[in-house]
Amino acid sequence: MKRTLSIVALALLVALALVSCAPKGPAEIVIGGVGPVSGEAATFGKSTQEGCELAVEEWNAKGGLLGQKIKLVYEDDKGDAAEGAAVWTKLIQQDKVVAIVGTVMSKVSLAGAPISEQYGVPMISPTSTNPSVTFSDGKLRDFVFRACFIDPFQGTVGAKFAYDDLGARKAAAIFDVGNDYTKGLSEFFRDTFVSLGGEVVAFEAHPTGATDFKAQLTKIVQAGPDVVYISDYYNDVALIAKQLRELGFTGPLVGGDGWDSPDLVKLGGEAVENGFFTNHYSKDDTRPEVQDFVRKYTAKYGAAPDALATLAYDAMNIMLDAIGRAGSTEGVKIRDALKATDFAAVSGRTTFDAQHNPVKAAAIIEIKGGQQVYRTTVAP
Amino acid sequence: MKIPRTPWLLVVAAGFWAAVQLLRLVGFNDYYLFIANLSLVYVILAVSLNLINGIIGQFSLGHMGFAAVGAYVSGSITTLIFKLSPNVAAHYPGFVLALVAGGVAAALVGVAIGFPTLRLKGDYLAIVTLGFGEIIRTVFNNIDAVGGPRGLLGIPKFSTFTVILAFALITVAVIRNIAESAHGRNMIAIRENELAADLVGIDTTGYKVKAFALGAFFAGIGGGLYAHLLQIAHPTQFGFIYSVQVLIMVYAGGVGSLTGSVLAAFALTILTQLLKSGLSSLKSLTGLPIGGDWYMVLYALLLILIMLYRTEGLMGTREAKLMVIPEEDDK
Repeated sequence: MKRTLSIVALALLVALALVSCAPKGPAEIVIGGVGPVSGEAATFGKSTQEGCELAVEEWNAKGGLLGQKIKLVYEDDKGDAAEGAAVWTKLIQQDKVVAIVGTVMSKVSLAGAPISEQYGVPMISPTSTNPSVTFSDGKLRDFVFRACFIDPFQGTVGAKFAYDDLGARKAAAIFDVGNDYTKGLSEFFRDTFVSLGGEVVAFEAHPTGATDFKAQLTKIVQAGPDVVYISDYYNDVALIAKQLRELGFTGPLVGGDGWDSPDLVKLGGEAVENGFFTNHYSKDDTRPEVQDFVRKYTAKYGAAPDALATLAYDAMNIMLDAIGRAGSTEGVKIRDALKATDFAAVSGRTTFDAQHNPVKAAAIIEIKGGQQVYRTTVAP
Repeated sequence: MKIPRTPWLLVVAAGFWAAVQLLRLVGFNDYYLFIANLSLVYVILAVSLNLINGIIGQFSLGHMGFAAVGAYVSGSITTLIFKLSPNVAAHYPGFVLALVAGGVAAALVGVAIGFPTLRLKGDYLAIVTLGFGEIIRTVFNNIDAVGGPRGLLGIPKFSTFTVILAFALITVAVIRNIAESAHGRNMIAIRENELAADLVGIDTTGYKVKAFALGAFFAGIGGGLYAHLLQIAHPTQFGFIYSVQVLIMVYAGGVGSLTGSVLAAFALTILTQLLKSGLSSLKSLTGLPIGGDWYMVLYALLLILIMLYRTEGLMGTREAKLMVIPEEDDK
């Protein structure tokens, strides 16, 4: 029994090894995709995969790229930096990809980025917000781009929206002291709001995992702000909003893309009404790119696309567009074409700045009657 | 038993090194090399954990905490303080010193944790070490100077194949020599029956702390190499689940068998890659609904089979021939 089992196991392994060495198909352009399909961020990886696949499918339906079919090799990075480095090396060395679209978690993109640099294989991370992914230690990573806006940007846009559209002159902010994302957003909100001529009357930190925010919120309410900026994730936002309303604050609330969850309204109820947040795009935006994408995605996968699927779709399209304009699969030429990108993506018309971050507008979503409603688009 | 057997180990390592260099000429690409490097880092982590869990028999669940200390200390030295570059040959000794400093720091943490906790046994010790591992990780998560939750970035890629292999060799040689010395015998005695060991005059707490410190030292070295291989030290890379991964290697290879740990570190690292790429190719060839993301199922299944049919792990407590620890009789 023991022996048979070991022999069967061994035979299976050998078979697997042989299969993975199977010969490649005819001439095709191979693009790598990376995302955490297993592990704690598995839903992110799945959405990213679907976005990538849809984009490649569309290009192939239109006749491929440079006269060849496009083949997507999508790899799982497990949300682990070591696996990320392994996957990056594998895609470049084994699968001979000409470019990589990936990945979700910043720490994994940070393990992949130096490898892309080393081999000169361009990459676009769809959703890694850490600035160091593209620009590290005062040095630009020449082959590394990203498709999502970074944290400072959302704070800036949130402040502009509060000042210009909501007409607020006095603002308060509350954030999670142990979370870089919320801290970054709030700091940039404060700086922009002040530079626009507004006044930040309270700037309060709360510890990670807190459920009672009364101490900070009392201070905020006493300072009498027109608007409160809440940069937390949706579950904390719901708690903060409820307690804030209990203390008598009725003004508008503004936040970032951490709000983007159907659970926000379920948890927050009435309290999150009159709330606004910055997001990558809104599926109610009437631009044809948006409507076209939402329709195709929903038809194929049976659910509306989330931000991750959208950004992966955009990243893949930007990459394929760049390869098309480069007229070559050479890394350096793709990189130069990427730098010159001006692409009408779902999440807005995209160009890249000097640090390879996208320059595009953000959508403002309003919570109205328990629904997420598209309000406006704000350019930085 | 009097023959000095370290040279034999040296021969194996040199042979492995030469084989890889030769294979490099015929298509052993950087991907394979990376897997070899990663396996060797896991060899260091697994063998050092085996000293604690296997040889002296103290169940530790916080091994990656020590690795985190090594990674952050050595990473800070090479990246933040001295800004060393792997392109400058003269910087390599500096890197080695940074690694050792990381190891020493980890050992100090090991001693600091060891004294109050090693009086605990079994499950209790496991929980306490688990807790300490998480505390260490959380501390780094909250130190802004080393990047906080964003991680320590831009670490130079000093961990080449030769460097990692050299440290793996040193780790295995030192721990094996200790295991086979009188000290090692005392440690094994503590594992087998702590009360009896105490009664015959073995300083049980002293040995436990020493084993803990030494295991932590090499874990620190392994952590340093890990950070300089991935070019990033991130708090979440040293979480509980990673400690468990190393623990699985120790148990799959055989608790108490260093050869087993070495083999399991290689086997499990390679297996993950093989299952992933094999399953995805199988899917694209046959259209089966089982893709690369199913590798975890097979991986777990294999582990279950090993535990069911070889409870003692692949090697039991045996070592490869020529480096035999006399076998204990089965109980």
